[in-house]
Amino acid sequence: MSKIKLATTQLLEPGSIDEDVINRAISRMMSSGMDYADLYFQQSHHEFWSLEDGVVKDGSYDIDSGVGVRAVHGEKSGFAYSDDISVNALLQAADSARVISRSGSTGKVYVPVKSSQPKLSGAHELYASINPLLTVAADEKVALLRDLDRWARAIDPKVSQVIASVAGAYETILIAASDGTFAADVRPLVRVNVSVIVEHNGRRENGSCGFGGRSDFSLLLDQDKAKQSAEEAVRQALVNLEAEDAPAGTMEVVLGNGWPGVLLHEAVGHGLEGDFNRKKTSAFSGRIGENVASSLCTVVDNGTLEGRRGSLNIDDEGTPTENTTLIENGVLKGYMQDKSNAHLMGVESTGNGRRESYAHLPLPRMTNTYMLPGESDPQEIIESVKNGIYAVNFGGGQVDITSGKFVFSANEAYLIENGKVKQPLRGVTLIGNGPEVMSKITMVGNDLELDRGVGVCGKEGQSVPVGVGQPTLKVRELTVGGTEV
Amino acid sequence: MSNSREQQMLEELTQQMLDEAKVQGATAAEAASSIESGYSTSVRMGEIDTIEHHKDNGMGISVYFGKRKGSASTSDFSAASVKEAVRAACDIARYTEEDEYAGLADPENLATEFPDLELEHSWSVGVEESVELAKECEQAALEYDERIINSEGGSVSSHHSVRVYGNSNGFLAGYRSSQHSISCSVVAQESSSNSSDGMQRDYWYSAARDPEALANAEDVGRIAAERTVNRLGSRKGKTQRSPIIFAAPIAGTLIRHLLSAVSGGALYRKASFLLDSLGEQLFPDFINISEKPHLHRGVASASFDSDGVATVEKDIISGGVLSSYLLNSYAARRLNMESSGNGGGARNVRVNSSKSADSKLSLKDMLQDMDRGFLVTELMGQGVNGITGDYSRGAAGFWVDGGEIVYPIDELTIAGNLKDMFKQIVSVGTDVDCRGNIQSGSILLESMSLAS
Repeated sequence: MSKIKLATTQLLEPGSIDEDVINRAISRMMSSGMDYADLYFQQSHHEFWSLEDGVVKDGSYDIDSGVGVRAVHGEKSGFAYSDDISVNALLQAADSARVISRSGSTGKVYVPVKSSQPKLSGAHELYASINPLLTVAADEKVALLRDLDRWARAIDPKVSQVIASVAGAYETILIAASDGTFAADVRPLVRVNVSVIVEHNGRRENGSCGFGGRSDFSLLLDQDKAKQSAEEAVRQALVNLEAEDAPAGTMEVVLGNGWPGVLLHEAVGHGLEGDFNRKKTSAFSGRIGENVASSLCTVVDNGTLEGRRGSLNIDDEGTPTENTTLIENGVLKGYMQDKSNAHLMGVESTGNGRRESYAHLPLPRMTNTYMLPGESDPQEIIESVKNGIYAVNFGGGQVDITSGKFVFSANEAYLIENGKVKQPLRGVTLIGNGPEVMSKITMVGNDLELDRGVGVCGKEGQSVPVGVGQPTLKVRELTVGGTEV
Repeated sequence: MSNSREQQMLEELTQQMLDEAKVQGATAAEAASSIESGYSTSVRMGEIDTIEHHKDNGMGISVYFGKRKGSASTSDFSAASVKEAVRAACDIARYTEEDEYAGLADPENLATEFPDLELEHSWSVGVEESVELAKECEQAALEYDERIINSEGGSVSSHHSVRVYGNSNGFLAGYRSSQHSISCSVVAQESSSNSSDGMQRDYWYSAARDPEALANAEDVGRIAAERTVNRLGSRKGKTQRSPIIFAAPIAGTLIRHLLSAVSGGALYRKASFLLDSLGEQLFPDFINISEKPHLHRGVASASFDSDGVATVEKDIISGGVLSSYLLNSYAARRLNMESSGNGGGARNVRVNSSKSADSKLSLKDMLQDMDRGFLVTELMGQGVNGITGDYSRGAAGFWVDGGEIVYPIDELTIAGNLKDMFKQIVSVGTDVDCRGNIQSGSILLESMSLAS
């Protein structure tokens, strides 16, 4: 069944909503002078299982559905939503959304663009339209959790606690807009996570690892990958048991490949989102064509990777996602745009309009953001450092897009002395200024890796799944927030 | 629908879920439902930016088959959906395993008194007026100083919610509450700067259950502007050990780390740096930290917790000593203790100093006492390890010398270990920030590691 047909059957038919009703709702908004209006129908199913103390003790199944209605006039947006997908609720929401324009009816007649010509050319097929929740039986998910527990505990007797979870989501969305967009997507998303606590001589530490993507649960049942996650979580925790106090101050920092790409997400990603740049509140505002990073850096936001957690066939405004070059050889090339910010800045949407759900307004957001590989051998990069730190794993980060200051916290890091990786260090926060740090990248490895597929990005209270990645990098100087002054 | 009708409807719905769970064979069940509704408006550079109407329905059920548990939730309140959600929860419970600690709260601990805590107050301001109020707020910020060159906007929001919890031991209760707020965020830049160099942003907000208690919109705008302008010309700071003051609006974050470390989940998982510390001297003896869940109009007030257990006023830290863990029913059974009525966390936490010198201590006095050091006004990132207490976060604030603020700093980390930091509290100011669930004056610490 085509996505449109599937979405129509699931989302519209139960509430007797047809093309005529959709056009009526959009007309109501457009006839009061709007530039743009859209409807976002969504149904989501989430399933979650968790294990603790060797017992699969919790499971939940959550269903949410509704419709979000947006009316846009210049820089103004009116927004209302309903968790009831019915004709009345839809029209009422349209009335609430159009209050941003108090001019009443402009007498402008809205001629619906025929939905028989949906703008779907170039839409991707990056994942199957499957319900992952149905593809694998519950007892197999339970068995996976037990395996993870068993594997983790078998590695080392110091493992005192294992908390493991599997989660799956199945979302169907349908977007209808005044510009003729009539598009649908069916989005599976699964993830597994293992976190362990190890205990030795009265000291305790933790480690965690997970993986996932836009697929069905069979992705998680890959024994080798699942086992690797358990091993990786234990390895990290054991390393941290040996960790010593970290130095404080400015030093050379080597960032590992893969998940440390959270650096790019914070240092440049958010600052290159269209809304901040339209409002000119970003440290990167008005700097297209300028050098904002060392010439070794090329950074992209790519929503078109097959099966990745941050990937989407179409964004939440119905625009097919793209592979957007943000920075090329150090030069700022472009921003990530949704429709309304793109329109106001006189450019095209880059397929980055995303929203947490029907109950949230779309914003320009990242998909999979990463740096392309360079030429250096990762070993060579480490050997080039006399005194510095090697940060391999990170927790979260945060950025102030206006001042450009960003932080991200390493939870696995080592001292480097005379080109050799030495003792592990206690968790430290690294702080810097986005454009400044990017210009101090002096070596880029040839080992690009994307993260394992567990990233979540928050903005204005909305969470969306994202991917990050990078090759091994060297930053000439970065502030390391240790305790040893 | 009036709010009291909504509460009655949710009570019926919650009872329906419990009844349905019984029909489907569950030996016990608990259910919760809520409706949240309201609006938020924001203006930017004097024009409407967004007007959002919110209405969120939710209901969730947990069923028990002996010691096995399953949960489900839905946003659809129809009878068919209730049945479907209960069936989904029961399906889950067929696959989960026996957990000897699983189950409802002990019936004798359930709340039996439901005093009116005055948590719901309507605000006569409608959507249109709220736009005007947001404009006034932003306008005051834009006019405050010519270096305010841009704005993220002024916002006003008003929300009401109704929550109901019930379980198969006969508990069924709910309460209504409201939350109103005014906020503003602006951007400043020195007039000599070009392009986006040296821009700084900050914000301020006022929030309250009762709109009467909200700050004046113009004051909110002016404070946001003042805070933003004060950050202009920020420097990096120096790597050193130094005394440090956590300004009142962020001082509560230190106490939040304490609260999570003494909460049941962290304790029974042994994922806390404060294991087995009940009765231990964690803070200097003049520090008291209390929980007052029944405060009228309190931001976190409630007469029962997320298990239906009666909430109780108590000291968490008394004379510097940890006097209570924060336990829900499940964690209490795991630890062989009694629930402390803290399912869902601690409610209305207040930090007090019994030191006589602190009874009149202003932030200005504290800067004098510190003489030379760092005043933190903003924290960034998540660099806190709850298992070891290791602390390393990004910070912004002001360098203080000779008891006076000398310049702003915006690229610095502060690091230490929470256990040491708690012990090193020198004083607590009277400049209490009353907006959040954890209320504290500014806190002066002996010393932390700064890196820049």
